[in-house]
Amino acid sequence: MHFLKIYILSFCTLLLFNINAQQVKKAESGTFLLKNGNLHTVTSGTFIGDLLIKDGVIADIGKSISVSEAKIIDCSGKQIYPGLIDGGCRLGLVEIDAISLTNDFNELGDFVPHMKALTAVNPNAVAIPVTRVNGITTVFAKPDGGTFPGTGALIHLFGYNPDQMSAGSERVVMRFPSTGKRGRWDRRSEDDIKKDAEKAIKKINDIWDTANNYMKMDSAAKSENITLSTNNPQMLALLPIVSGKEPIFIEVNSKKDIESAIEWIIEKKYKAVFTGVAEGWRVADKLAKNGIPVITGPILSVPGRDNDSYDASYTNPSIMMKAGVKVAIRTDNAENVRNLPFNAGFAAAYGMGTEEALKAVTINTAEIFGVGDKIGSLDKGKIANLFICDGDPFETKTKIEYLFIKGWKIPLESRHTLLYDEFLDRTPGLK
Amino acid sequence: MLKYILLIIILLPKDILSQNILIKNGTVLTVTNGVKENTDILIINGKIAKIDKNLTAPEGTRIVDANNQYVMPGIIDAHSHIALDVINEATSPVTAEVNAGDVLDPLDVAIYRALAGGVTISHAMHGSANAIGGQCETIKHRFGTTNPDELRMQGAPRTIKFALGENPIRTHGEGSKISPNTRMGVEQIFRNAFSQAQLYMKEWDDYKKGITKTSPVYSLRNETVADILKGDIIIHCHSYRADEILMLLRVLKDFGINKICFQHVNEGFKVAPELAAFGASASVFADWWAYKFEVYYSTAYNAAILTRNGVVTSINSDSEELIRHLYHEAAKTQRYGSLTDDEALALITINPAKQLGIDNRVGSIEVGKDGDIAIFSQHPLSIYTIPQMTIVDGIVKFDIKNDEADMRIDINPNETYSSFYENQRHHESQGCMHGLEELLMEDSYAKFMRYKYSKNHSH
Repeated sequence: MHFLKIYILSFCTLLLFNINAQQVKKAESGTFLLKNGNLHTVTSGTFIGDLLIKDGVIADIGKSISVSEAKIIDCSGKQIYPGLIDGGCRLGLVEIDAISLTNDFNELGDFVPHMKALTAVNPNAVAIPVTRVNGITTVFAKPDGGTFPGTGALIHLFGYNPDQMSAGSERVVMRFPSTGKRGRWDRRSEDDIKKDAEKAIKKINDIWDTANNYMKMDSAAKSENITLSTNNPQMLALLPIVSGKEPIFIEVNSKKDIESAIEWIIEKKYKAVFTGVAEGWRVADKLAKNGIPVITGPILSVPGRDNDSYDASYTNPSIMMKAGVKVAIRTDNAENVRNLPFNAGFAAAYGMGTEEALKAVTINTAEIFGVGDKIGSLDKGKIANLFICDGDPFETKTKIEYLFIKGWKIPLESRHTLLYDEFLDRTPGLK
Repeated sequence: MLKYILLIIILLPKDILSQNILIKNGTVLTVTNGVKENTDILIINGKIAKIDKNLTAPEGTRIVDANNQYVMPGIIDAHSHIALDVINEATSPVTAEVNAGDVLDPLDVAIYRALAGGVTISHAMHGSANAIGGQCETIKHRFGTTNPDELRMQGAPRTIKFALGENPIRTHGEGSKISPNTRMGVEQIFRNAFSQAQLYMKEWDDYKKGITKTSPVYSLRNETVADILKGDIIIHCHSYRADEILMLLRVLKDFGINKICFQHVNEGFKVAPELAAFGASASVFADWWAYKFEVYYSTAYNAAILTRNGVVTSINSDSEELIRHLYHEAAKTQRYGSLTDDEALALITINPAKQLGIDNRVGSIEVGKDGDIAIFSQHPLSIYTIPQMTIVDGIVKFDIKNDEADMRIDINPNETYSSFYENQRHHESQGCMHGLEELLMEDSYAKFMRYKYSKNHSH
């Protein structure tokens, strides 16, 4: 009888376990009080204290907070950081690189700034959970390809539609005409390269002149209360830039091109952010002098020239940062955006230091995107994008233990963890 | 005369003459025998002579102070394509006769950059275009030589590249409209090649025994496949999916072959018990996935699952980028699977050495082994570590204190001006399928790149 009881009991436990195992883990909302954690605020130092998450935001942060009703998470001995932000990638726009029908970042046409990444981001891309379980809560998903490939979107890595994912910042991307060879596929002669570059510059100047005229037309029409009868979505997309409201994101990498881009932007008087900037270290002072913020990376990449120092890519962000450039870091990847903390870690090790490297994947990025008041640090009133971990977030072996995006407690599950759970001890095995 | 000879000898850089070095007071990560604090390593004539505290060295021995630093065996990359002039002989599903060792390029600056990441040995592999590709060469990173032969690790066992799945199918089925066009076809390529080689061996046997009077036609291709059947060559097989891995295991069993290391093997975790039972080893990426369909169902926990199931596992680069920080790639198994320090370090030292059949000579810090050493500022599995010095055969090949920006031995006439991140982002185009981009324009990425870089793309 006694044995039967045990048998039934264990059977029930087993059943319960099975039911639990079959349930899909879902994000959890509510009021959460994080107690006694090391709060790395980024903007106002690091201290041991409490953080309250309520209604999707950081409702309070301080030495000791008490509330009547909240799910309490003991964070003693744990580290709490703001969610990391990738300043440029194709996450959500690519499912599998080699299968073109799953690539949505490269629309046809060289001048398609009106193509909106936010439209094509797949909220259920398998790579999104794979990325966020490493503490990355927000990324800039950007189109890529021609000279004006489209408008990228800053997105939170949780949500089921574009509205839920949008982090409220969209930016037009422009690839600055290159004066150099572009790698193995480029079979053009030196002369052709030069001619092409001149032609390309003329072409983008024409486009921007047209955009300026469009703006004049548009504002004249507005002031006289007339509706413009045009259909020019490309020009509409450029309006926020020519009107000075938003920066143009300029992808530019080699020294010569960066110098040309600086001259160009001074002449145009647009706000600008430079992206890529592989050889920023060669012209760091000029970038700093002109106050151009930079989103650089991947840091884990081979130096562009054979005669470059082996660590040129590792030290690039630190050289720019020390010259006074505002630096953010990106992975420029799709499926392995999860390596953002390691890109920052290498930048930190090679001269940037942990504190500055952390800014380069949090507050600096947020500020460059004009959302420095909403994300990028642990401050009262900001969106509750944060994670709790057992050590330095850049350190390879560190493990993330809790993750919050927009105040939702996100399960730390992805295809990669699920396969681990299933196959570590496969049943049936062989024996 | 003697005076002049002596003068020449004195003027020669010390490195060239001496393979003696004493590394003092390091934290020594032996990999096979634990961690030894404040320990010295004496290398004499390029071999580890002593490991102990307070060692002294013969006069004139170079002394390296490794106080507060970490000393580990030189890192070994079981899958690389650096120091090779070409990668793929993509003209037939079977090209066992070609040899990557014939196209070594000692001028490749990637060798120096690998040294700057502590890597002393790499497996210079043929590409993955063919089911049976070319033979590969295990090389020592003796950067500085202009003689290709000096890169070879003399006495290392012969190895050959096999490939399953999409790459041989794309190259031959889709590209050239010949079999294999499916994974079924790939299996039969192997069965046919092995059967042919068996026949070939019998023909020669019969001829040598006088049973037949005319000699068979010599075929280097068949000779090489016959050497695989005899167990003289270790197979390193590019593979991804569980089903194709099991297929090759069945084929090898049928032909009595047992020396096999699966490369990439992204779905190895699914068949880890089968791999372990066969005695097959696995050389994997730390976290690369989703760059094509056959790596979509991957997990970064692959190395940990394989290790826990008893499969000898290594982490490789297949890339001139990743080879520069294999110590970091190995550390990822601590985030994804909680491997111990020793287990993680084994993935880039003793385990790849086993897979290349050179574990009796390298892969750990033991007396009698080659003087291949990497010294790090912090524990090599920390993100904050910076490689300080790399020693090959007792000769310092990388020293951060003596590191020039431009380390080229000579200028490569093919060198491209390219400071563009986008050149480097697609993993496989710089590795296994290098040189095949033009052939395989079905590949959307290649199409995208061609579009982006074509002369007319702005029209």
